[in-house]
Amino acid sequence: MLTYVARRLVGAIPTVFFIVTVAFFLIRIAPGGPFNLERPLPDQVMANLNAVYHLDEPLLTQYGLYLVNLLQGNFGPSFVYRDFSVGQLFANGLPMSIQLGGSALLLALLVGTAAGVLAAMRQNTTADHTIMAGAMVGLTIPNFVMAPVLSLIFAIWLGWLPAGGWGDGALINKALPVLTLALPQIAIIARLTRGSMLEALRSNHVRTARAYGLPAFNVVVVHALRGAMLPVISYLGPAAAALLTGSVVIETIFGIPGVGRYFVQGALNRDYTLVMGTVVLISVFVVLFNLIVDLLYAWVDPKVRFD
Amino acid sequence: MKGIRRTLICSALIAAAGIAASWEARAEVVYNRGNSADPETLDPHKTSTVYEAHILRDLFEGLVAEDAAGELIPGAASSWTVSEDGLVYTFALNPEGRWSNGEPVTADDFVFSMRRLVDPATAAQYATMLYPIQNAEAVNTGGMPADQLGVRAIDPATLEVTLAEPTPFFLELLTHQSAYPVNPASVEELGSDFIRPGQMVSNGAYTLTEFIPNDHITLKKNPEFHDAANVAIDTVNYFPTEDRSAALRRFQSGELLSNDDVPVEQIGWIRENMGEQFISCPYLGTYYFTVNTQKPPLDDVRVRRALSMAIDREFLAEEIWGGTMLPGYSLVPPGINNYGEPAYLDYKDLSMFDREERAAELLAEAGYGPDNPLRVEIRYNTSENHRNTSTAIASMWEPLGVQVSLVNSDTATHYALLRERGDYDIARAGWIGDYSDPQNFLNLLVSWNPRFNYARWENPRFDELMRQSAKTADLDERARLMQQAEAIVAEEEPYFDLLTYASKNLVSPKLKGFVCNTLDHHPTRFLSIEP
Repeated sequence: MLTYVARRLVGAIPTVFFIVTVAFFLIRIAPGGPFNLERPLPDQVMANLNAVYHLDEPLLTQYGLYLVNLLQGNFGPSFVYRDFSVGQLFANGLPMSIQLGGSALLLALLVGTAAGVLAAMRQNTTADHTIMAGAMVGLTIPNFVMAPVLSLIFAIWLGWLPAGGWGDGALINKALPVLTLALPQIAIIARLTRGSMLEALRSNHVRTARAYGLPAFNVVVVHALRGAMLPVISYLGPAAAALLTGSVVIETIFGIPGVGRYFVQGALNRDYTLVMGTVVLISVFVVLFNLIVDLLYAWVDPKVRFD
Repeated sequence: MKGIRRTLICSALIAAAGIAASWEARAEVVYNRGNSADPETLDPHKTSTVYEAHILRDLFEGLVAEDAAGELIPGAASSWTVSEDGLVYTFALNPEGRWSNGEPVTADDFVFSMRRLVDPATAAQYATMLYPIQNAEAVNTGGMPADQLGVRAIDPATLEVTLAEPTPFFLELLTHQSAYPVNPASVEELGSDFIRPGQMVSNGAYTLTEFIPNDHITLKKNPEFHDAANVAIDTVNYFPTEDRSAALRRFQSGELLSNDDVPVEQIGWIRENMGEQFISCPYLGTYYFTVNTQKPPLDDVRVRRALSMAIDREFLAEEIWGGTMLPGYSLVPPGINNYGEPAYLDYKDLSMFDREERAAELLAEAGYGPDNPLRVEIRYNTSENHRNTSTAIASMWEPLGVQVSLVNSDTATHYALLRERGDYDIARAGWIGDYSDPQNFLNLLVSWNPRFNYARWENPRFDELMRQSAKTADLDERARLMQQAEAIVAEEEPYFDLLTYASKNLVSPKLKGFVCNTLDHHPTRFLSIEP
């Protein structure tokens, strides 16, 4: 298995390199630059800035410089947040995004799976309809509506939770952002679990298990749920990458200092190095999570082998 | 029995100490302050935005400072004299001035800082603030070494600054954050890391203790500050509040004691429900449309005047911006120092009906009407309010038979097009004054300032008046010359002055000492919090 993992990781290098190259030249094609601000800068000041950041050099030289720095693990200085390098910004923000995304993913997995199994077990009953209606609401109400509504209720009307801020990672500060981030994922996982659970419950091996008189818990959890989790596991890869690299909307509304906001801010500010850093970060996350999903898949379904 | 008594006494003492400690903790005055965005840098010489100016104003003190009402007061310099020709400023530094590490603030520190600002290697965005100083431009463009800058320390307590030509607003320039001093020893030792929390040595009312990007910045009262006895707030936490609606909720829930902006789309609700907690005052900024004066048909002054005349500024201010802007009829906003009343557009007091009638006549004179409709394109940078403003103006021009198309682009693209002289008809822009002087606004249109002069407008008489005003030390005469220059702008309309900015602060009744001013500067040292 270690050989398989190593082969997958080495195989991902050209993919990441290709993505970095395309992103580097695409962001440079976009009109405007990092110093095209609402307030214009005098020519000399612009020239000084360009010289300091090597923007006055040919594009290919800049590309070469970027790659050399990247290979040394250096994402370069941020053009806009000038007191920090991109690496420092990520070092500050990534742990918070991971805490937030990880908690949301765990919550979604637990609640979503439980709700999906319950709905499948009680197919076409009030419980099933309620859960599916709730899932539909969770799916259709966007984050930017859900977040203000939740903070209006829990922060302003009830005064139980803070309306925003990270509060050095206090549980009370995480409650609303985690819940808001998890709600659509709960809905998706509940729907996926319900569908595959219904199929699993009707499968021959579950019917056989029942015929043998195995306890219901054993039948549902060991025999049905294990197979039913496969579509959920497939979904977890991209979902985890998206959640762990942060949510722009949630981080902005709740004032969470994660990396999510850098994706948009970097692009709008033409902060070239920040954009490139986020591209590398997402690429690596996607590669890693796809690998983890494949390993999980093989563990859950022994028919899948590492060859 | 003795043992029990001893235990009881010990417990009582511990409890008393605990109560005293918690009382002390409660006694700390903390100000949670919303700030529209995170600073891009806390290095005063690399700074460029108003968001970081709020923080830097707490951390550092320039030679000249501003009081709560935005009026000039002594800062690091306790007094100054100006030579008769207006060229030499001599500052006597405050003998009580100290860096946060306890060392005195000296004239050499200012010499070092001013040289650092204009050094091309610093790549300061606001190096031009010091351009009035002798040789500053030459140093900044790499043509002269930094020690040739017209600044010298006569002795540790006396600084002499020599200007290239009289600049009556020079003291105002010194209040800008880019003119703040940095501690030479810490810059030399730590390089660009001198701005790190715990390492930064500053001479203002506060010191930097924490900076978590996108989360908060914490400042603590600087006991070495010369006026520390009158600083009432112990700790300031600056929170970036990009999402104005979220900031409003945080303010409502009491998490923030103030915020410097509000969601304009909720302004009706805010006015109705927030009462005196919403404070809006005229602000030193003009919101305008720039017109490409070199492109037909907008090169015809009749067309420009007709279009501008037909814009209902009162409607824009009240209905589109919910009263968070004021109708604008001049390039220089009212209430600016060293000026008096600006030169208003001559149709300011005419009714909209009369203006529309006159606009139709002007367009007909220029050859446009139902048979030959005028077609123009308005470009704006992404924002709901800019889009609404452009749409409203397009509909105001409709009765004149003008056909308008709207083009939206992101801010970087929008300004790159304007600055690099790309093709456009009419485009949104705005200007917030860095200091309270009309020159700051009128310089946007001088012909030798092509990167700022989006309208590509040239008028020799205007240029000449601006040149003369720059050489005039007499403030009244200077104001008269600039008013004449502004009158030419009002006559030719290379810009359509639309609105004057207004500040939009949410201020808790607990926060005392918050005074309205056109600069919207509110240093924490003048504020206090009522329990």
